[in-house]
Amino acid sequence: MKKYIKQKQLLDDTWHTLEVPAAQTSAVVPGTGRWIVSLAVWKQNRTQLLGRAQDIGVALDPVDDPAELAEDVAALPLIAVRFPSFTDGRGFSTARLLRERYGFKGELRAVGDIFRDQIFFLSRCGFDAFVLRDGEDEQGALAALNEFSEVYQAANDRGPLFDRRFVKG
Amino acid sequence: MYQYDSIDQRIVDERVAQFRDQTKRFLKGKLSEDEFRALRLRNGLYIQRHAPMLRVAIPYGLLSTEQLRMLAHIARKYDRDYGHFSTRQNIQYNWPKLEEVPDILADLASVQMHAIQTSGNCVRNITSDQFAGIAPDEIVDPLVWAEVLRQWSTFHPEFNFLPRKFKIAISGSAQDRAATMVHDIGVYAVHNEQGEVGFKVIVGGGLGRTPIVGHVIREFLPWPDFLTYLDAILRVYNRYGRRDNMYKARIKILVKERTLAKFKEEVEAEWVHLKGGPGTLVQEEIDRIDARFKRPGYLSLHSPDRELEAHLRADKAFARWVGRNVHAHRVAGYSAVTLTLKKTGVPPGDATTDQMYAIADLADRFSFSEVRVTHEQNLVFPHVEERRLFELWQLLKPLGVATPNLGLINNIISCPGGDFCSLANAASIPVAEAIQTRFDDLDYQHDIGELDLNISGCMNSCGHHHVGHIGILGVDKNGEEWYQISIGGRQGVKAAIGKVIGPSFARQEIPDVIERLISVYLDRRESEDEVFVDVVHRLGLEPFKSRVYEKVH
Repeated sequence: MKKYIKQKQLLDDTWHTLEVPAAQTSAVVPGTGRWIVSLAVWKQNRTQLLGRAQDIGVALDPVDDPAELAEDVAALPLIAVRFPSFTDGRGFSTARLLRERYGFKGELRAVGDIFRDQIFFLSRCGFDAFVLRDGEDEQGALAALNEFSEVYQAANDRGPLFDRRFVKG
Repeated sequence: MYQYDSIDQRIVDERVAQFRDQTKRFLKGKLSEDEFRALRLRNGLYIQRHAPMLRVAIPYGLLSTEQLRMLAHIARKYDRDYGHFSTRQNIQYNWPKLEEVPDILADLASVQMHAIQTSGNCVRNITSDQFAGIAPDEIVDPLVWAEVLRQWSTFHPEFNFLPRKFKIAISGSAQDRAATMVHDIGVYAVHNEQGEVGFKVIVGGGLGRTPIVGHVIREFLPWPDFLTYLDAILRVYNRYGRRDNMYKARIKILVKERTLAKFKEEVEAEWVHLKGGPGTLVQEEIDRIDARFKRPGYLSLHSPDRELEAHLRADKAFARWVGRNVHAHRVAGYSAVTLTLKKTGVPPGDATTDQMYAIADLADRFSFSEVRVTHEQNLVFPHVEERRLFELWQLLKPLGVATPNLGLINNIISCPGGDFCSLANAASIPVAEAIQTRFDDLDYQHDIGELDLNISGCMNSCGHHHVGHIGILGVDKNGEEWYQISIGGRQGVKAAIGKVIGPSFARQEIPDVIERLISVYLDRRESEDEVFVDVVHRLGLEPFKSRVYEKVH
């Protein structure tokens, strides 16, 4: 079973991804197991899938608007955000919107062209799970989560540095 | 100068360690060329025509003499004894070895410097007015706010993989000396009617392939909302900026395609959620940053100084230098002095190791150990006693940095061009040199008066040719170097984009073409007070075109 990083640990990935061609919206989601489906498939089968939502995750592409899941975030245990190429940074904003605007509390995983050098930024934007691309050094990626001990800006993980400066005096 | 505290220092130290590891992984073959490219670019490291090129940030142009000595040390130890000051308040080294770059960064970190985000599709070095904090026409000192921006943009987790590079400039004076209108975001620090500090925010300006003067997106943004509002702009850009075509990926294209009104609506809709949130600035933080700026202990001096006035009367060359290269200071008895890196025969913006060391020594003696770097590729001593100007002038002359050509035709802004840069279509430095040689006579330069001549070797416009009164752009025609000329560009609050006069020219024709443009100006100006660019705007292109093309083509 493939390993992935979740909450700073290396775990077995129990989720399957339902691969359908990009244009296709209808698909049969297998009746057993935990499945990650595209936003289009989710929308198409929403009523039915909501009945077993604890076993369903939705994957968002860079162009997908997270607002489309605003009503569903409480029901979904997992949302995956795809990074077809690591230079496409739209997913960073998608993640913050899911967490901060729509209040998603479940597993937020980064999938696709994911390797250690983005992981610190991804985690700051609200991702708590990372499926590394093939051949990546998992220990290096885990270490990268702590690459910087302090940060300036407010983001999903913490407030701005100036808050901490004044708390500590 | 802003002094790092232990946290600021730790962040740059950790960056050095991270980059050292990335370089090691690349050299071991664990990172591909493409991956390492995107990572090293975030650290200002390009692979250029001859060797890697390393771009080091000089945030908003401020340098201590300790830092300048380190830049000199790096030029000597790791490079070929010189550095190139760029138009974005950076210094570039053209010959470092890839495997030594982590050591260079460690040396930089030891004097509170870095190369973070000097390249790549992220927020670049924050630039500002070289006279920030000392200009008599200043409304708000932008330095504290520039440092706020530096910290906010450093490793911003959401905006490190934008559609394209993102440049921010901030100015706080009536006269804009930071090219604020031609940045992705331009910020004017201002007061409202109640005397409170806030920002006029400009968005969607830029040079490059599609030169556009920016638009006002907000007339007055209260300072506590500064960062949340910028977050809103960047988020809209990050989500909707084009990623399909790198030439259409800058925010200016998004603003243009969406229209300003629609773009503003989206930003405001985003900001509703961010306003008042955790990113809201607090007075304590502004005070803290302000207190970490080491400011000079000025003497109480009499101005004007009698001795200075005597020298001005007695020495014409000195008076000319003072007239051109010395600037008013808001503290009585002090001046700011520009050291021009534009001597004929030297590539614009280049400084040798020896020059840097000597300049640092003089800045210790004359300018409270502080130096500024300008976007016009010169250096500035920001706090010089007027009564010591004559002494300083005599010491600057042998260093080759007292050429009184600031604001004149030979104060050319130029990118490194095709001799160094792999992006360029054409050489720029030899063109600059040919023009400087043609106009080398200082009396002639002074007669021509104010004239910004800017040269870029390609459409990336690093030499800001669009806002030159005369702009020269290197273009590629069937593998040959040609040069397109535009006139009427202007920087500052009345920023304008120059217009191309017609078909391009071969390199050897350029000095003649420039001379013809100048001759039209000299014939047609109403007085010496009417500068070149004003004549272009009054007369239009036609008289210039007809004289230039009558025999040359």
